Amino acid sequence: MQALRKASLSQRISNFLFLRPRLFLALLLLPPVLWLGVVYLGSMLTLLVQSFFYLDGFTGQVVREFTMRTYGELFTPANLDIISRTAGMAAAVTLAAVLLAFPLAYYTTMHATRRTKAVLYLSVTLPLWSSYLVRVYSWKLILAKEGIISWFFTQTSLSWVLEGLLRLPGVGGPSLSISPIGMFLVFLYVWLPYMVLPIQAALERVPGSLLEASEDLGANALKTFRHITLPLAFPGVVAGSIFTFSLTLGDFIVPTVLGNSSFFIGQAVLSHQGTSGNVPLAAALTTVPMAIMALYLIVARKLGAFEAL
Amino acid sequence: MQPAISFVNVSRYFGEVKAVDDISLDIMDGEFFTLLGPSGSGKTTSLRMVAGFERPSKGEIYLHGVNLSQLPPYERAVNTVFQDYALFPHMSVAENISYGLMIRKVPKAERMQRVEEMLALVRLPNLGGRKPSQLSGGQRQRVALARALILRPPVLLLDEPLGALDLKLRQQMQIELKTIQQQVGITFVYVTHDQEEALTMSDRLAVFNQGKIEQVGTPAEIYERPGTAFVAGFVGISNLISGSAAEAIAGSSESFAVRPEKIHLAGDGASVPDGMLSADGRVRQVIYLGMYTRYTVELDLGGELTVVHQNLETTSMDVLAARGKRVRLMWNRLHVRPIGD
Repeated sequence: MQALRKASLSQRISNFLFLRPRLFLALLLLPPVLWLGVVYLGSMLTLLVQSFFYLDGFTGQVVREFTMRTYGELFTPANLDIISRTAGMAAAVTLAAVLLAFPLAYYTTMHATRRTKAVLYLSVTLPLWSSYLVRVYSWKLILAKEGIISWFFTQTSLSWVLEGLLRLPGVGGPSLSISPIGMFLVFLYVWLPYMVLPIQAALERVPGSLLEASEDLGANALKTFRHITLPLAFPGVVAGSIFTFSLTLGDFIVPTVLGNSSFFIGQAVLSHQGTSGNVPLAAALTTVPMAIMALYLIVARKLGAFEAL
Repeated sequence: MQPAISFVNVSRYFGEVKAVDDISLDIMDGEFFTLLGPSGSGKTTSLRMVAGFERPSKGEIYLHGVNLSQLPPYERAVNTVFQDYALFPHMSVAENISYGLMIRKVPKAERMQRVEEMLALVRLPNLGGRKPSQLSGGQRQRVALARALILRPPVLLLDEPLGALDLKLRQQMQIELKTIQQQVGITFVYVTHDQEEALTMSDRLAVFNQGKIEQVGTPAEIYERPGTAFVAGFVGISNLISGSAAEAIAGSSESFAVRPEKIHLAGDGASVPDGMLSADGRVRQVIYLGMYTRYTVELDLGGELTVVHQNLETTSMDVLAARGKRVRLMWNRLHVRPIGD
């Protein structure tokens, strides 16, 4: 009784909440639910509603009536071109990120010592500490005609390789700093950490004894990788690819800094809602990455990506 | 007869640490052979060297005369049951069991038939479709066993496979493992730190200590004639008497061991029959264990002896009253086991 009478205010609040666990949970969840529910989902819903309006071509005004015609506009050749260009770049970046990230994550989790692990972890995340814009503009300089990459090709008398690459239709350009190849390199650079970390987290949860068991049962390293390591790490690959894919789909800075006149979805959205005031079309374009991601997740689920979770 | 497994002067160093230090050992065909020892004694490392997960720093290991040392795990004709079972979580029970056959590209029909056979052998029929996460510990253990046995290896390696099970289930699985071993007739090499388990299951066992083998023998030999103080202490209760106490009791300063169940507990000053040795002391502790009672007696000459008595006539009241009493301990000369240092 002595203890109860002397209880401080915070002690009494604790005791009050201890006896009412539901109230405690409700208080705990209130801020994130408000944030996610109102600010996040709410604005997304507004966006979705906008996409069912349309822009009157004569008056330049948005007509607030339910219609599917804005979505119809997505299927004009110009917009389809933008969508396929962006999705193609996102797919290429994602694929390359998996190919680079997997071996690194595998080495880090399965073989590296604690010290090496820490160093690798730092070097993967270190670029995230500096400004994204600064990094993109640095790449502009690296990739420029006068930049270090061109210099390297010239010094090694391999300029013809670089020129050949830049002459390739569709991906080439006047220099690496104004070409889809350059854009691809920069995307790969800026999003790679988002692929490494989830794969690393997934591999971290694969016990070494599973790999030993597989070898013990006659599977060499390649078969063990195919049947055990890869399926178990696949949720990590999917998680990482959600990042790299959607970040690439929505980005407008890299295409603006390093691109030519061909638009990416992000740029198109920016110009539609800005200069041309076509908010409905901008909104409709924004739903495209969401639809692609939803489709991707459904396919991944069908492939059993989440069964090991 | 050619041994199933031969260790020839095998050592394994991890940096400065000699995990396994120059062991030589022959394990015969069809034996249930146990590597017994405390943690860090080198028993698991020895097993892992047979499986191929570790390579010997020195020496060679042979499987039916074939030198294994340069072969990767997937080319060795041995299979392992892992301590944590290591079942593949993304595969069903049947897929787990047939994994080795799938890797060897055995046709599906044969695979399914052999999985059914294995499920019957480990008494888990109809569970092939489940995921490992849906099984109990004991069931997982059986799946791990089936998965390793389906390839019909000449030698099966088991790394403390029962360690995670509770006592009742463990005792049941001990009997079952032994039965399965006799049924399939292959060599089992079994690692455990549990001396009772080792005595229950093994045809022969090797006692490991600090990377070396202290003694190899049948359970009865190891228990009744421990060759070293370590074996006497690790297998069963030690009861080691040395120095002046040994001289006063047995007439020789050589250390000796006597098993606790061989000792009679008599009243103070009881007469000592011919051929018996005796020591006087005071009961320091009584632990009533239902089936039997364990007494710790402090000897007047120095040192302690543990005495175990079956509760044939006595009740808990009787035995607990013995605490603090003076007693005379007596045992037959034949049960004295001299221990070289």
